[in-house]
Amino acid sequence: MIAGAISLRVGRACLSTATALLGWHLIVHFTGAPAFILPGPLDVGRALHDNAALLLTQTGFSALNLVQGLALGVVLGVGTALNLALSPAARLFLRPVLIFAQAVPVFALAPVVTLWLGYGAPSKIVMVALVTYFPVASAFFDGLMRLPPGLADLAQTSGAGPLRRLIHLQVPNALPALASGLRLSAIYAPLAVVIGEWVGSSRGLGHLMLMANGRGKTDLMFASLMVLALLSLSLWATVETFARRVLTR
Amino acid sequence: MIAPGITLHGTLILGETVLLPDLRLAIAPGRWTVLLGPSGVGKTTLARLVAGLPTGARLEGALHADDGASLAGRVAVMAQDDQLLPWASALANVCIGDRLRGMRPDANRARELLDAVGLGALADRKPGLLSTGQRQRVALARTLYEDRPVVVLDEPFSALDPVTRHAMQDLAARLLAGRTVLMITHDPQEAMRLADAAWLIDSTEGICPLETPDTPAPRPVESPETFAAQAALLRRLTRASALSAGIAA
Repeated sequence: MIAGAISLRVGRACLSTATALLGWHLIVHFTGAPAFILPGPLDVGRALHDNAALLLTQTGFSALNLVQGLALGVVLGVGTALNLALSPAARLFLRPVLIFAQAVPVFALAPVVTLWLGYGAPSKIVMVALVTYFPVASAFFDGLMRLPPGLADLAQTSGAGPLRRLIHLQVPNALPALASGLRLSAIYAPLAVVIGEWVGSSRGLGHLMLMANGRGKTDLMFASLMVLALLSLSLWATVETFARRVLTR
Repeated sequence: MIAPGITLHGTLILGETVLLPDLRLAIAPGRWTVLLGPSGVGKTTLARLVAGLPTGARLEGALHADDGASLAGRVAVMAQDDQLLPWASALANVCIGDRLRGMRPDANRARELLDAVGLGALADRKPGLLSTGQRQRVALARTLYEDRPVVVLDEPFSALDPVTRHAMQDLAARLLAGRTVLMITHDPQEAMRLADAAWLIDSTEGICPLETPDTPAPRPVESPETFAAQAALLRRLTRASALSAGIAA
């Protein structure tokens, strides 16, 4: 039954992918677009095959930064939310800062981050951490503060202190909200890596795209783009699975 | 455990307006005291005051236990909304009070109490998989687990179907025997089945005692005394509501 449902979904995904590839091929075929503007799927497939080792190593660099940055952003975001929920003083001082910081388009900070941290991995990790931090912190914090009144009464009549109230009532109640924050982060994170790499880097998928573009290897650029899409999708699927298994009830 | 009586007198004020003037309420030790009255008159506010929960209203007067000790930590509450943790099993819900106080939960006693409310077989189920009546049984078991001498019941059975409601009334009367119970209800039948003493709260006439049958509670639904008392009470409530409607118009 479940296996049937899964194979149905896989079948549908294959069908839509095949349709898209065919559409792509037909567009290239009928418009006669030159390969340096729009390479066909077969060209891109060949580029993927010929540069497999190169793509794999560059993807490895990007993926490592992605995961490290995501972990850092999530840990800091969760920590901030818990701290804000526990301390009214922190709420008073930190919340306006948080709201202001959210108004700054984080992607626009990439040149500054690269200026400060250099072309290496740290600037990419910080970029990812920055874009994942805010959705996690604000979604989790909102969830923590949205304790149903009945449960707040329960905490009070049971004589719970703020810490135990947080651990046993607020945190479990806020896990679905944390899950939505994580989902959002998983969508932003790959963007942040690539933008970080575009601004300045010596390796990674974003770097490879710039190089390929500069040398007129449009097929390799498209191949990198494909791999990036695949990386984003697998990150999203991992986070989605985690969110559904662990965080939602 | 010696259940104390409770005395409440004074004026209940919400903002600048007087909600209930000249309150005089004596809750007898170890008995069921029932409060009736139209919606919005302040019954729940009174119940929350006794339970030590935030109300938004303030009492100019006194609320104290007759034994002179503080009521804090001696009151358990059961509300219409069962206030169960949706992510925890029935068993974990019963002993959440100990967790919130940082004490070791007594799983054996929690199991005994679930047995006592007839849910021993469903101890591992989460509230989402229980019926409304079963959830209220879990809430009752949790109230008993708290083992407080004073119990406040705020319309705990009003969401139940009549058959389940009668069963729950009998169960609660049996299991809460010997405690000082303050129950809020809209239901004249429930009031006349369970009350040792009953009071009508009315915004114009204040708080006045109601006649209850001489027979011991819980009284059978079908007994003539219950019927007669219920009918008399319904007449009285209708008159009170007509009176307040007339004044409003």
